[in-house]
Amino acid sequence: MSSKIDKGLSVKDIDKSFGEVKALVNVSLDVHEGEFFTLLGPSGCGKTTLLRIIAGLELRDTGRVILGGQDITDLPATKRQVNTVFQSYALFPHLNIFENVAFGLRSRKFPQNEVEGRVNRRMEMLELQEMADRYPHQLSGGQQQRVALARALVNEPDVLLLDEPMSALDAKLRAQVQVELRRLQRKLGQTFILVTHDQAEALVVSDRIAVMDQGKIIQFGTPKEVYEQPKTLFVAEFLGAANLLHGRGLDGGIQTELGFFHLKQTPKWDNGTVAIRPERIRITDNPPEKNAVKAKVREAIYRGTNIDLWLEPGPMRVRTPAHRNYELGDEVWLELPPEGLVILDE
Amino acid sequence: MSKLLVWYGELTTQRNLANRGLAFLGAGMLWLMIFLVLPGLVLIVVSFASRGAYGQLEWDFTIENYKRLAGFSLFGWTADYIVIVLRSVWVAFVTTLISVVLSYPLSFFICARPERTRYLWLTLVIIPFWTNMVIRTYAWFLILAPELPLAKVAAFFGLIPPDAPLYPNSFAVYLGMVSMFLPFVTLPLYASVERLDWTLVEAAQDLYASKVRVFMQAILPQTLPGLSVGIILTFVPAMGMFVVPDLLGGAKYMLVGNLIQQQFGASRDWPFGAAISMGLMVLTMISLQFYRRRSKEIEFV
Amino acid sequence: MRRSHPLITVLAMLTVGFLYLPLVAVAVFSVNATRYGLVWRGFTLDWYIKLFHNEFILEAAWNTLALAVVSTLVATILGTVLAIGMDRFPWGRKANTFLDLVLHIPVVIPDIILAAALVVAFGLLRLISTVFEPGLFNMIIGHITFQISFVALVVRSRLVSIGRDVEEAARDLFASTPYLLRRVTIPLLLPGIVAGAMLAFTLSLDDFVISFFTAGPESVTLPLFIFAAVRRGVTPQIHALSTLVVLITVILIVGMERVTRK
Repeated sequence: MSSKIDKGLSVKDIDKSFGEVKALVNVSLDVHEGEFFTLLGPSGCGKTTLLRIIAGLELRDTGRVILGGQDITDLPATKRQVNTVFQSYALFPHLNIFENVAFGLRSRKFPQNEVEGRVNRRMEMLELQEMADRYPHQLSGGQQQRVALARALVNEPDVLLLDEPMSALDAKLRAQVQVELRRLQRKLGQTFILVTHDQAEALVVSDRIAVMDQGKIIQFGTPKEVYEQPKTLFVAEFLGAANLLHGRGLDGGIQTELGFFHLKQTPKWDNGTVAIRPERIRITDNPPEKNAVKAKVREAIYRGTNIDLWLEPGPMRVRTPAHRNYELGDEVWLELPPEGLVILDE
Repeated sequence: MSKLLVWYGELTTQRNLANRGLAFLGAGMLWLMIFLVLPGLVLIVVSFASRGAYGQLEWDFTIENYKRLAGFSLFGWTADYIVIVLRSVWVAFVTTLISVVLSYPLSFFICARPERTRYLWLTLVIIPFWTNMVIRTYAWFLILAPELPLAKVAAFFGLIPPDAPLYPNSFAVYLGMVSMFLPFVTLPLYASVERLDWTLVEAAQDLYASKVRVFMQAILPQTLPGLSVGIILTFVPAMGMFVVPDLLGGAKYMLVGNLIQQQFGASRDWPFGAAISMGLMVLTMISLQFYRRRSKEIEFV
Repeated sequence: MRRSHPLITVLAMLTVGFLYLPLVAVAVFSVNATRYGLVWRGFTLDWYIKLFHNEFILEAAWNTLALAVVSTLVATILGTVLAIGMDRFPWGRKANTFLDLVLHIPVVIPDIILAAALVVAFGLLRLISTVFEPGLFNMIIGHITFQISFVALVVRSRLVSIGRDVEEAARDLFASTPYLLRRVTIPLLLPGIVAGAMLAFTLSLDDFVISFFTAGPESVTLPLFIFAAVRRGVTPQIHALSTLVVLITVILIVGMERVTRK
């Protein structure tokens, strides 16, 4: 029960439509102070709209936004202790890096010595001190991103909003920046809200994730929770690969075309789906005692650290350590342990 | 209370924004209304008025001016005006065609220059584009002068009397028109050629032996956007051109532009001038319509 | 980089030659000592010197400049404000289409139609006020009318390329409206405004048709002067004047390129 959060952010019952299109439908969430919170979903799911509503760059139709106990729903962007790192970074092309970072302080008429002190501190923290006199177009993508971060953080916002900040970076740099971003947030202890469509990124950086689809939040949870205990088919498939079994719900298990599978609980539905991650399926040479499937290898993809198998019946995906060779057509036994099988909502 | 909205990050009301927007639009739009749209409408009205004995306007609404443009007069039907109109369209067409034919090699040539000299060549095309048209037109007087080879050759073949200049005549008009409008085609065409995907051209070269087919199948479709801009930029103003035919065509080779100018100048027959302008306007609209339809097709390709 | 076929090179050279041959001829004969005919009689700058003693030419130059400066100034202000009004407010689709249409009229129609419309309009306005007698005042109005469109189109495309992001970022960073304008919008828009103004200025200097239809006896500009002189018969002095005008054009273009490419 989080009834009173001092510097946290609450969004209550937000609706937003663009003409006929419903961008957000009755969205509520609580972000705790000092938390790294991620809005994860495919493009067009409304996550950026929600971020813009929090920033004050978009107006909700109904609902409230509450920051540190204060209702900021009707405040303009200029009056909110919230800053944004834009997807395009939106650096000011005609100002040098120092002035870019200083912008938020100068527009509030901070005295010169304080501006210098705070800007220099941030630039040092983000290793930008060499860049002070350069202009945005002279910087690499990664450097520009750090400038955008510094420019927002220098204002010490109650909440920092990040709108797909990694999307312009190449894959290798992205992985590195994700770790750095996570470390930075820990060090500052500030509240970050990140918007992304990249599930791997969400898993790496977040304390908590809200998975969104078609204007609704489908599931809240820690990375581990949303990955291992997806509530719906959408969440299961959006966060990595999942094998799905459809069938009839029985006492303590599910009856499928492949047979009966024991589950940890009895499903609440009569007909439905259970999911299992490829890495949770065990391969055995002898038939396992329960939850067994006999399968034939259709494709074996060597990935260095492991092997991805595509098997009939199914196709079923199994991720297994790389120490054993599989030939096409090999027959193997699969064990689908009950603790790996997740019952999905209807 | 008016509806709240956030616009470019600013929290404001719909009414507030509309008021400010109107304030911004106000002066400029008012100007364009008074000195562009309204005069245009007045021109339409005047084209249905008639000329008084001293060149003044008389407001008895009549379609006499249009009938006259179509060739009907007190003395029966003559093709004079129709010929001038058709000639203008023809001259505009030929000018555009020649400009297009010359622009292709030129823009390919410029594209093949190394970065450094490419802008120099491009500037060489831009300069005539911006040079005063009176100067560029009369400059041909020198090239076509009786002392120079062009006129001498023409005289040798008996096309013009000896020691006469090679103007005014239709040849001089075409020369002047093409040199006037060539950059109007080259510049937009160059923009398209610069973005040309050469892999498609090479693929076409592998597929078709004939150069004509390579051009038709691979180059033309890709350069169509720039080409159509160039064509419209040339064809429309060429139809209304008045300086070139006035200086290089004289009375022998009049175009619509001269006819309009005559009505507002020496003849002082504004209603007829207005009617001819409307005729030119209709031709312009037809060309633009044609262009718009084509450019829509291009977008789909 | 691709090499071009020799035939293409030859054709391109000939085409450029075709564009420049007349202009080069004018420049050559502007320094030829002979008064009549096209025989070379040696180099002279006399014709240029005489230009500066010809009060008609000086007056025409002054008129041209006054016309261009005043009309450019007014058109730049009106066009810039108009562009902001069009781009930075949420007009409906219909209103946008209408505004766009009006803005494009002077760009697409043959200038002689605009000239004819202005002649008629000024003729009727004369019934109200004598201010609208043919002359510099009418010419300024005529020039502003087509310049506004070009300025507005250039500035608007600049506004579009600046985009929404930086202004939103400035708001997100607590900028008040005056601060936003002073520190972000105007500095970013300035190159567009300058480019628009230079375009308007060049268009004014270059214009013949609108001026020809709206000018009075007291308001002869350089293009009008050259046109009238040419119809009487070309003289080396006209060649000298034309060469100067071309040189000024070249300088303006190079300057304009510098500004817009930045």
